Amino acid sequence: MNIIQVVAIGLTAAVMAVIVKQQRQDIALLISLAAGTVIFLLVLGNINAVVETINSMVRKSNLDTVYITTILKVIGIAYIAEFGSQICKDAGETAIASKIEMGGKILIMILALPVLTALLEVIIKILP
Amino acid sequence: MNVDIIFKIAAVGILIAVINQVLVKAGRDEIAMMTTLAGIVVVLLMVINMINQLFNSVKSIFRFY
Repeated sequence: MNIIQVVAIGLTAAVMAVIVKQQRQDIALLISLAAGTVIFLLVLGNINAVVETINSMVRKSNLDTVYITTILKVIGIAYIAEFGSQICKDAGETAIASKIEMGGKILIMILALPVLTALLEVIIKILP
Repeated sequence: MNVDIIFKIAAVGILIAVINQVLVKAGRDEIAMMTTLAGIVVVLLMVINMINQLFNSVKSIFRFY
């Protein structure tokens, strides 16, 4: 069972981080960072299968692959930004965390811009 | 799996804490600070490889190229 592995890694890392935090707070932060990375790498293979399935379905249905690629990129940016901002919040740097979130939002907006223009073009075409 | 990196980091942290306290008790404050710095650099080097791997996997899975 994969979920038991994930929970076990998380709990062990939490206990060790709490123990180390009494002496050294910086190393405790790095423990939580490593635990997050390990857990994500553990479940990454499953995400890959899901993405492959979605891609093959899109290819079968003759949709434009630009849109699905955009959605996948947005999900990736959101995940990485969330990862960084949570680590910063754990370290007590709330200001940097909110800056990271702002950067992620702006990058997602830039990625979503072509989709928005495509939608507007369709609307303009439909209008007489 | 690379779970043991968490244990490694915790071990390094405890070791550095012990060395630091011994050195501070012995009156070598500047060497204690140097040990702290060295420990942080070692742990960072351990973590940074995994973060690189994570970002590369996210990039390849979510088609960032």
